[in-house]
Amino acid sequence: MTALAPSQPARGPWLRRKSGIPGLGLTMGVTLTLLSLIVLIPLSAVAIKAAGQGPAAFLHAALSPRALAAYRLSFGASAIAAIINGVFGVITAWALVRYNFFGKPVVSAVVDLPFALPTAVAGIALASLYAPNGWVGGILAHWGIKAAYNPTGVVIALTFIGLPFVVRTLEPVLRDLSADVEEAAASLGAARWQIILRVILPALAPAWLTGCAMAFARAVGEYGSVIFIAGNMPYKSEIAPLLITIQLEEYNYEGAAAIAVVMLLASFLMLFVINFVQAFARRYGG
Amino acid sequence: MSAPASKSQALHATEDPWWAKALVLGVMLTFLGLVLFLPIVAVFFEALRKGFGEAWTAIRDPDAVAAIKLTLLTAAIAVPFNIFFGLNAAWAVAKHDFPGKSFLITLIDLPFSVSPVVAGLIYVLIFGAQGWFGDWLIDHDIKIIFAVPGIVLATIFVTFPFVAREVIPVMQEQGVDQEEAAVSLGAGGLRTFFRVTAPNVRWGLLYGVLLCNARAMGEFGAVSVVSGHIRGLTDTMPLHVEILYNEYNIVGAFAVAALLCLLAIVTLVLKTVADAAEPSAARRAH
Repeated sequence: MTALAPSQPARGPWLRRKSGIPGLGLTMGVTLTLLSLIVLIPLSAVAIKAAGQGPAAFLHAALSPRALAAYRLSFGASAIAAIINGVFGVITAWALVRYNFFGKPVVSAVVDLPFALPTAVAGIALASLYAPNGWVGGILAHWGIKAAYNPTGVVIALTFIGLPFVVRTLEPVLRDLSADVEEAAASLGAARWQIILRVILPALAPAWLTGCAMAFARAVGEYGSVIFIAGNMPYKSEIAPLLITIQLEEYNYEGAAAIAVVMLLASFLMLFVINFVQAFARRYGG
Repeated sequence: MSAPASKSQALHATEDPWWAKALVLGVMLTFLGLVLFLPIVAVFFEALRKGFGEAWTAIRDPDAVAAIKLTLLTAAIAVPFNIFFGLNAAWAVAKHDFPGKSFLITLIDLPFSVSPVVAGLIYVLIFGAQGWFGDWLIDHDIKIIFAVPGIVLATIFVTFPFVAREVIPVMQEQGVDQEEAAVSLGAGGLRTFFRVTAPNVRWGLLYGVLLCNARAMGEFGAVSVVSGHIRGLTDTMPLHVEILYNEYNIVGAFAVAALLCLLAIVTLVLKTVADAAEPSAARRAH
C-alpha cells in the first residue's frame, strides 16, 4: 500500500489535465470493467448472500460461540505475530540498512521469502519443524513448550507470513533518515542510546505502525500456512477462514457468507487504518 | 590513526559499538534462521530423506504431473491477464488526472485485504450449484466451480493488484514529458506506450510479474475452496501437497513442495537481479 503513495511530478494537476496523452477513455474503460467483473461484483455477492438470510439468522451465524472463538484466535494471534514482527523487523531493517556483513544480499533476499513461497509449503515446513518430533519442536518439548497444533503454532505461521511487511516498510525510511540529524544530536551532547530512543525511533514510528498494520491485516485472512500447524480444534485452535471452509463443506452457504462479511468488514477497517496512518505520516514527518 | 576529534565524534553518533552490532546481527540471524532459513532446509531434507530416487518418483507420479500441468496452465492464463489489466490501470492512473483517483487505487488494492478463503467463496456464491448462475450453468452443462475455470478465476482475483501496484508508482515517477513529446511528434497512443513508456517501466513490470507468478502458482486458500480436490483433474501443486501430506505420504508431499520451493528461490534470485539493475524499484516497500 505504501507503493502507491501518489508521487506527483512538480507540475500542477491543472496543467496535466490538458496534456494530450491519449487513451484515458479506453484504458479507464478496461480498468473499470475488469475491476467490476473480477472484484467488485463478486465481492458484493457475499454481502447479498449474508443479508438475504435476515438479521436474526445473520447474527446467529456471524456471532455463534464457535465463530467468536475463531475471531478471537485469528485476531489475537495476528496481533501477537504483528508485534513479534514489529520487534524483529526493526532489528532486521536496522542491520540491513546500517551494517555490512557477510551474506547480506542473501539475507536481504530471504526476507522476501514469504512473498514468494507458497503458503502450503510454508505450512508443512513449519509444522514439521515445530512439531514435538521436529528439529525445533523437539528442543522446545524438552522444556515443556508445545509449539505446534495449538495457538502457539498459529502465531508461528502468522509471524512467517507477516515478516517482510515490517522490514520492507522500514527500510526506505531508515535509509532516508539523514545522518546529519544524528550528528547534530551527538554534537549537542546526546549519548548514543538517547539518539536511538529520542531521534531515530520516533522518526520510524509511522512506518513501523504501517508495517505492523499490514502484517496484521495479511495475517487475519491467512489460511494455507496456518491450517497445517494449527491443530484445527474447534473453539481452541480453529481460525476464522478455516471455519468458513468448514461451513462451505457442510453446504451452509449463508453461515459461510456471514463469517466472511465479518472478516471483510475487519479488513476494510484495517485498510482504512493503514491509509490513515500513512496520510498522517506524510503530513507530520516521514 | 589520528583522526580529528570532531570526525570521531560524528562517527560515534552514527556508528554502533561492536558489541551492539554483534548483538543486533546475532538476534536477527537467530530469528530469520528459525522462521525463514530452517523451513527451507526442512523442505529439502524431508523430500530427500529416502534419497533422490524416491523424491523423483513422487514427482513423476501421474497425479503430480497433472497437478504441475494445471498449475502451469493457471499461471499461463492469470499472469498475462494481470499484465493486461495492470498496464491498462497504470496508464489510466499514472498518465492522467481525474477525480477519485486514490479511491480507484484503493479498489485495485482491495484483493490484498481479502482473505483468500473469502476470494474462493465469492465465486462459489456466484457460479456454484446454489449460486446466482447455478441453474443456468447446469442447464448448459458448463462447469466453473470444482473445475479449471473456477481455479483460474480465483487465482486471477488474488493476484489482481500485483502488476498494477508495481507499475503505477514507476510510471508516475517518469512523469508525462516524454509521452507528450512523442504525441506532439505524431506518435499514436499504442506507439507511444510501446516505444516510450514500456522501456521506462520494464523493471517495475518485471517485479510485478515475478510476484504475480509466484502467487499464481502458489495460491492455496482461494483455489482450495473452488477446486473440489479431484485428483488428476482439479488439483494444483499446492493442493496436491496438502493431499499427500494428509495421507502421510511425507516424501511425496515434500518432493512436490521442494519444486515449489525452487520456484520461490528462482523468484527471489530474479528479484535480487532486478533490484541490482534498478535500485529505485527495490527502495519501495511492498
